[in-house]
Amino acid sequence: MNGRPEGIAPEIEARPVVLEMDNVTHFFGSLRAVFDFDLTLRHGELVGLIGPNGAGKTTVFNLITGVYRATQGDIRYKGAGLVGLPSHEIIQMGIARTFQNIRLFSNLTVLDNVRIAYHPHSGYGLVDSVLHTKRFRAKEAEMAEQAQEFLEIFGLGERRNDIAGSLPYGLQRRLEIARALAAYPRLLLLDEPAAGMNPQEIDELMDLIHFIRDRFDLTILLVEHRMRLVMNICEWITVMDFGEIIARGFPADVRKDPHVVEAYLGRQAVEIR
Amino acid sequence: MLRRMRKSTVYFIAGGLIIFVVIQLLLSLGILNNYWRGIIFWGAAISMVALGLNLIYGFNGQFSLGQYGFYAIGAYASADITYRWVHSDPSGIVVVLFGSLLTLGLYVAVTAFLRRFYGVTVMARFTFYILATILAFAIAVAGLVPLLGPAVNSILQVLPAAISRQIVFFVALLGGACLAGIASFLFGIPVLELGSDYFGIATLGFTIIVKVLLDNTDTILPFPEMKGARGMIGIPQWTTWPWVFASLLLVILVMRNVLHSSVGRAIVSVREDERAAELVGIDAATTKVLAFVLGSVFAGLAGGIRAHDLAFLHPQSFNFIQSFNPLIIVVFGGLSSMTGTIITGFFWIFLLEGLLRLYLPEGFETWRLVVYPLVLLVMMLLRPEGLFGRYEIPFLRRVLPPLPTKTVEIQEEAV
Repeated sequence: MNGRPEGIAPEIEARPVVLEMDNVTHFFGSLRAVFDFDLTLRHGELVGLIGPNGAGKTTVFNLITGVYRATQGDIRYKGAGLVGLPSHEIIQMGIARTFQNIRLFSNLTVLDNVRIAYHPHSGYGLVDSVLHTKRFRAKEAEMAEQAQEFLEIFGLGERRNDIAGSLPYGLQRRLEIARALAAYPRLLLLDEPAAGMNPQEIDELMDLIHFIRDRFDLTILLVEHRMRLVMNICEWITVMDFGEIIARGFPADVRKDPHVVEAYLGRQAVEIR
Repeated sequence: MLRRMRKSTVYFIAGGLIIFVVIQLLLSLGILNNYWRGIIFWGAAISMVALGLNLIYGFNGQFSLGQYGFYAIGAYASADITYRWVHSDPSGIVVVLFGSLLTLGLYVAVTAFLRRFYGVTVMARFTFYILATILAFAIAVAGLVPLLGPAVNSILQVLPAAISRQIVFFVALLGGACLAGIASFLFGIPVLELGSDYFGIATLGFTIIVKVLLDNTDTILPFPEMKGARGMIGIPQWTTWPWVFASLLLVILVMRNVLHSSVGRAIVSVREDERAAELVGIDAATTKVLAFVLGSVFAGLAGGIRAHDLAFLHPQSFNFIQSFNPLIIVVFGGLSSMTGTIITGFFWIFLLEGLLRLYLPEGFETWRLVVYPLVLLVMMLLRPEGLFGRYEIPFLRRVLPPLPTKTVEIQEEAV
């Protein structure tokens, strides 16, 4: 199978495919941002995507979520093609993502941030909201309850009426993950979740990522700069440089790979250990 | 029943009733003369337009200068319906009402049809919808007028004159609002794809187009009764205080209920960050069209109210310069504050057309156009967030769901 390292345990290889990217290439004008990228994720995996600045990691996320339309190649989620679909439809299929620079609705309350993500599943329409029908009240109460439950899982229950922008940085990250998970996705794309966090916050984040994967039965793809996080929690890793895949494998192997050391870890190897 | 209602709802109903009764009494007893009656009705109409704009600009973040265009469409369409009716021609009712219904039906069909394809471009979508509109109104004009016209006429003739008049007026208001909604839908599909500033310029263009068309209603458009740039006369003066009050109340309630729902949260999320909204699964394009159409329907309804109070329509009063009025009101009252918009709308007309026009010394009447820009300047310098900021009266304030009691215990064990 393309887009996977050798030597993954057969029971994992037997699981259904969640995300498949085949020969994906993307150009910005004449700049080749991603070239011949392939990746296959199976259910329940936690996979890392690393690479130096400008390697094209976030572009890969943007291609999956329909922010950009891939110039070439095929992206499939559970067998359904994603190329050319608008973002909101892709999200509604069960993919969720967070952003490198937090993009909360920062003037709205914590609760509303989560409730907005429920909107596609709200179960009532404009007429119900104008007339305040029974259905509206029932669904609205249900939504508030669900959102509250969610916030409590993420330790934000008491701050639900706070304005999102006023939360401390770590909690904003947490809220962003909560919002992404609110609509019950199956695949979660985390774009540099540890950016700007201190070591202790990173430890908490690692626990959180493991916890949500088990609790919500997720497949997770993670873009990250912080080696400690990636090396510790990812089952396997794909390394990109200048839009191309330069290595792929288990954390221990990738760390030793000469291409990777040259492109990336060479400078940072000291920092890891 | 009363016990189950929120306190704020009770206060709102009580306050509304008091205002309604007091003004009705003042009007019936003749304490307020026709001039002041006009000021109040005008204030209500402008408040409705401004509320619509607040929904579009304040809550959805789309900067629109086109609201006067939709206001004009509503005014002229409803005026034409009643004008024709008084001249014993029911075709206005049939064309606008049934044409609009037919259009809506075709829109549902077109939407269902387009949903079967992926990647339909905006212009293709627009083409389908505009063809549906043309088809619907062509059917209405060519087929429904001879078919339904006599029937509608005879039904309304059988009823007592006072009742049929109210029915016709209701249909006229509804028709004006529907037409404004249809126009804004067609205009919004391609144009809302533009970013906010570009959208603003495009809507300004729309207002100008509408004004130019109204200047030429008797030459380019087939409506000799609108008399082009000379102004439309002979509109029955049917607007009464109950109609004004009911329309304004309807607009307030609809807007409040929409904003306090999931749809409203989606609308606000698009203002906050359109990209992020799309990436939590919200269909930003549809949400924008929805807010735009709803806001424009409000403007169309206001147009009908205003037309049947003034009984005279002139294209010059729908000039693009005028289309800044609702914008000023919205910003002045506080973006995304309904309370601020309503109060400022009344205050605006009261000040500009009431007090200043009457009480400036003789020969200085035009100075009111100097006074209000000064007020604006001072206002923006001293209180840029608007008179009311984000304040809402309790009834219009969003009610947060009650905190479950278990929260505190769980909170302690959470991370």
